[in-house]
Amino acid sequence: MNATFYIASAVAILATIMVITRYNVVHALLYLVASFLAIAVVFFVLGAPFIAALEIIVYAGAIVVLIIFVIMMLNLKKESVEQEEKWVTRKVWLGPAILCSILLVEMVYILATSDATVLNDNEIDSKAVGLSLYGPYVIGVELCGLLLMSGIVGAYHLGRQKKKVVHRFLEKVEE
Amino acid sequence: MKAIPVEAGLLLAGILFMLGLISVLVRRNIIFMLISVEIMLNAAGLAFIVAGSKWMEADGQVMFIFILTMAAAEVSVGLALILQIFHQLKTVDSDAANEMNG
Repeated sequence: MNATFYIASAVAILATIMVITRYNVVHALLYLVASFLAIAVVFFVLGAPFIAALEIIVYAGAIVVLIIFVIMMLNLKKESVEQEEKWVTRKVWLGPAILCSILLVEMVYILATSDATVLNDNEIDSKAVGLSLYGPYVIGVELCGLLLMSGIVGAYHLGRQKKKVVHRFLEKVEE
Repeated sequence: MKAIPVEAGLLLAGILFMLGLISVLVRRNIIFMLISVEIMLNAAGLAFIVAGSKWMEADGQVMFIFILTMAAAEVSVGLALILQIFHQLKTVDSDAANEMNG
């Protein structure tokens, strides 16, 4: 199980690097699915099988499909890939990458100098999660419901195409 | 038999978060920026799972479910915004949407 964790971690990191270096959005999404699947394996090894299933269903399933549908609706042409290659130059990515890498090195240092603690190998099953979710966290579940409701309303309102209403008399005036 | 250090899990979460952060800083394509935000949210959830696994509590997984809900709502609203921006500006360049600058 130990090796599984490290292999899945390596796959997740590699797939994420491939996601952020692609110029084509669809290629990036394919690697994103691979990354989510690898993270799901990590969750499974860490003793959270319910969350691993949720990761695959919601992230790799629903969210990626949503993004793919929007890409289909946008109907991006080949020029967008070339434009992306033009935008992401070394001059652009070097500065943020170096600064973020410094932060990462700091975090690695903090983690490396702290006392090593080993995870337990018991798994937390979905029953415990459900009891916690509908026990002490029930207000959070209700807030999530509100959030999803406002998300639906917001997405509908923003995504609606405005109908162009041209009055016939105004049209005549324009002519 | 299983001896995964907590630090390894937190390190994975940190690396994934950093990759998402770099991408959201570097990219100009709004679709890529949205994908990067998803990566970052997922990394934050991974840190919660590691912590929950460390203390043998279900709270970490509950927090992940909340993050998942938030990510789903965020991506739907974000994609609707992308559609609107594309219809109005005919581009996915985030720099094109700077008409509100002073």
